[in-house]
Amino acid sequence: MSDATTSNDAPVVHHLRRMTSIWVVLSVIGDLLFWFLVGPHVPPGAMTDQAVSNRFDFNILFVIALPVMIGVWVYLGYVIVMWSEKRSTAPAFGGPEARGNRRTQVLWITITSIAVLFAAGFGTVELIINNGSGGGEGPNPVWMPTGAAQAETAALKGTATWAPGSDKVLPVQVIAQQWKFTYRYPTFGGFETPNLILPVNTEIAFNVTSLDVIHSFWAYQLSVKADANPSVNDVAFTKTEHTGNFTVRCSELCGLWHGAMFDYGKVVSQSAFESWATSTEAANAANTKYLPPFAWTYVPDANGAAGGYYPDGNLTPYSKSQLYGAAQAAS
Amino acid sequence: MTISAERPTDTVVPHETPPTPPRIPWAQRPGWMSQHLGTAIVVGFIGYVFGHWLGNYIASGYPYIVNSGQNSIADTLALAFMVVGWLLGVGALNYPLAKLIGREAPAEVEVKGWSKYFRYNTDHKVVGLQYVVGVILFLFTGGLLAMAIRTELLNPTTHVFGPGTYIEIVSEHGTIMMMMATSIVVGPLGNYLVPLMIGSRRMAFPRIEAFSFWIFMAGYAVIFSALPYGGFTTGWTGYAPLQTQNGPGMVSYLLGFAVVGLGMMAAGFNIAATIINYRAPGMTWSRVPIFVWSILATAALLTLATPVLFSAGLFGLLDKTVQTAFYVGEHGGSSYLWENLFWFFGHPEVYIMALPGFGIVGEIMPVFCRKPVFAYKVSAAGMIGVALLSFFVWQHHLFQSGINPDMRPLFMLTTELISIPTGFIFLVGMGTMYRAKIRFEIPMLFAMALFFNFLIGGITGVFLSDVPVNVTVHGGFFVLSHFHYTIMGGLLFAFMAGLYYWLPKMTGRMMNKKIGLWHFWTMFIFFNLTFFPMFIIGLLGQPRRVFTYAKNLQGLNDFSSISAFLLGFSFLIFAANMVWSLWISPQKAPANPWESLGLEWQTATPIPLHNFDRIPVILADPYHYSEENPPAVADLGEDLVVTAASSDSNPS
Repeated sequence: MSDATTSNDAPVVHHLRRMTSIWVVLSVIGDLLFWFLVGPHVPPGAMTDQAVSNRFDFNILFVIALPVMIGVWVYLGYVIVMWSEKRSTAPAFGGPEARGNRRTQVLWITITSIAVLFAAGFGTVELIINNGSGGGEGPNPVWMPTGAAQAETAALKGTATWAPGSDKVLPVQVIAQQWKFTYRYPTFGGFETPNLILPVNTEIAFNVTSLDVIHSFWAYQLSVKADANPSVNDVAFTKTEHTGNFTVRCSELCGLWHGAMFDYGKVVSQSAFESWATSTEAANAANTKYLPPFAWTYVPDANGAAGGYYPDGNLTPYSKSQLYGAAQAAS
Repeated sequence: MTISAERPTDTVVPHETPPTPPRIPWAQRPGWMSQHLGTAIVVGFIGYVFGHWLGNYIASGYPYIVNSGQNSIADTLALAFMVVGWLLGVGALNYPLAKLIGREAPAEVEVKGWSKYFRYNTDHKVVGLQYVVGVILFLFTGGLLAMAIRTELLNPTTHVFGPGTYIEIVSEHGTIMMMMATSIVVGPLGNYLVPLMIGSRRMAFPRIEAFSFWIFMAGYAVIFSALPYGGFTTGWTGYAPLQTQNGPGMVSYLLGFAVVGLGMMAAGFNIAATIINYRAPGMTWSRVPIFVWSILATAALLTLATPVLFSAGLFGLLDKTVQTAFYVGEHGGSSYLWENLFWFFGHPEVYIMALPGFGIVGEIMPVFCRKPVFAYKVSAAGMIGVALLSFFVWQHHLFQSGINPDMRPLFMLTTELISIPTGFIFLVGMGTMYRAKIRFEIPMLFAMALFFNFLIGGITGVFLSDVPVNVTVHGGFFVLSHFHYTIMGGLLFAFMAGLYYWLPKMTGRMMNKKIGLWHFWTMFIFFNLTFFPMFIIGLLGQPRRVFTYAKNLQGLNDFSSISAFLLGFSFLIFAANMVWSLWISPQKAPANPWESLGLEWQTATPIPLHNFDRIPVILADPYHYSEENPPAVADLGEDLVVTAASSDSNPS
């Protein structure tokens, strides 16, 4: 962008004009090549609405950034070629003119400010219209798809339902622990499974929590990333668009086997999902009844950790004997 | 502060021979029986043993593992007493202790020759050179660990280290490098050059200055002690529930940051006080060299941000030793508290590592461009602007952490706003090169490389600050590559520029240009070949700090690893150049090899103990290159100094 500057000095304009034309040509070529050749292949793909829009954001930023980089590179290259002491025969350029040029400075600051404010505004709009862009919004999300709040409340009360074609938000709980992820489906009796299967064309509400240290649930192709904090329910939304496999990795250092904490998930058709969920619910029923009641957080105390900063929503506190079995003699 | 260009009458300081002290205590006498590095090590070791014994004596009932005899209190006290012993042994506490018991502190003896570099010395030039060796020790330790990391990542399934060893190496690499980077410019070059550049005879608090170096080196011992303790698994960020879960290595981490933090705070306010109060007459704010501006901004950050880290580390130590619960959610604490405290320090810290680099390139570019610095005021404003804004961006490290999402647009905005003052630095650099007559000496090459690297590092920062894009790139190799581009590609390249530029002044010897060219080109090329692929690796889904990765990423990882080994080799070339040029085949440096107008080059070589025989009167800023009749930069009391050639005639 520096090349867009001008100066009052006659031979000066010459340099800048030359640089500007090189810059414009290279930038246009670079941007076009990027947008049409690279852009469609930029991760994380197109499996969800969020992935598509996050890729769009990346590409927009890149199309702005590339000319900036090319501008500086062209300038540096030009400097190296033209203005080395050995080669340059031009008279020395000094004095007040070389110490600062008000127009150049004002122009530079204006252009960078506009670019920056545009990027921030654009990012904010994209963040809001995409329901948080797949990022973890904490226990009280502010941007969410319609029906998410109702679905979440129903999930906690055990009254949530979901059927193919119902257009309802599907809450899925992600429980991270050293060093694996498990998933609970409150809509289907709250069974817990190591397999993450999702229906296509559905708004998913991931409720991410942890049993021990901080992990981060990163469903790469879904463009979902939410830290799993103990005693916190971190909610992230995404809308699945295509069927296929995706990778889940932990992206927050969680100790020894952090590198091995990954698994794979699947987005399948709505009917296939329903039949998988109902059959797993039935197969797991014997185990599910021994699980803690479905809650947003589990550690270390079902009344909600830390004096109920993040209560699990259970309205009647559990009794001591419910939590710890029969009363024990004080040791 | 007099800002008149007239020489005030009171600046003439007569030559005085200090009165011979009547009695020199044995500890101060030059010689191997007195206090130096060796006694520091011995007393430090005694302190370690004593602290360990004391901890086990008072808290034997609280071991990590039943009957192991090891507990956090013993580990903490051992390391704490080691640091105290180290400071006692080297003599850093002589003065305060003497004052404490009501005695007059013993007079300081000027030590001649090599041995002064192994002692507690209050001469800022000695401290500067001590820091050079110190940070290079940190740098090479961290670099070796980096080589180990890249070795492990050569193959996704065949492992050189176990996952435990690997994560120790990663954590240790990150922590040591972060500690190094806080001091790599402020320590060596800041301490050495600031008084020379502002026309002062010394730092404001010379004892504090020496203290900051020796406690920095104690920090090296403390953080290194994590390895024999079995390391820590949290990375340099030390996130909390994992921190609580960790064993004795975590104590080294927490105490290490507290100890290094003390040094950073001490260095910070000392440098800030010096720059504000010790400028020579005529050294107005509009004449202060760019480098001094950057060090002032950095010193402000060191002074204001480090206490947060220090407190955070102490909270962690209290959690580990006396079972408080600052970060333990089950007992009323919060893991978010650590995340917020850590990054409230951690983001200003990032600029502690960037600003001095900007200052170095801003300072040396005019010299090699033979042109005045372009937009001086914008440059100073850029550094102050970056320093101020850096306190308002920390939550961008926590975009996916589940903190209040309302704040995300705000932190996205503040983070991106930082690119405006950062852009000022590019404006200054590019404007200075405009129609210049550039001398492509080694320092200039490194300075230009900074603009190349920092451009990539800075622009990828905008991607990271965009919350939607952050979902994919957060916590992956993309962010890893981004900060290596800013810290290594920026700060470390600037440090190299500064070393090649100022070592002739500091040591009186020229660095070899041919080896220097080899060093520059290998470092520049292999730096980019190492870290550029990591952007792609990150975008393709590889998280940070993993010992295993997707099979299809092996090609890129191997490419990066092999480049990393060659990058490591470039540092050996640098070491070889140091050894060759300083000891094996020393070439005497001219008084002003780069024909700089900077005040630091106008002093005699070697620089006398008190820098200037007379306090100089500053007449102009040092950037009047390529002017027909440049004004004199300073009145040193002899003749008006215009170019450095006349500095030969200075009395030494």
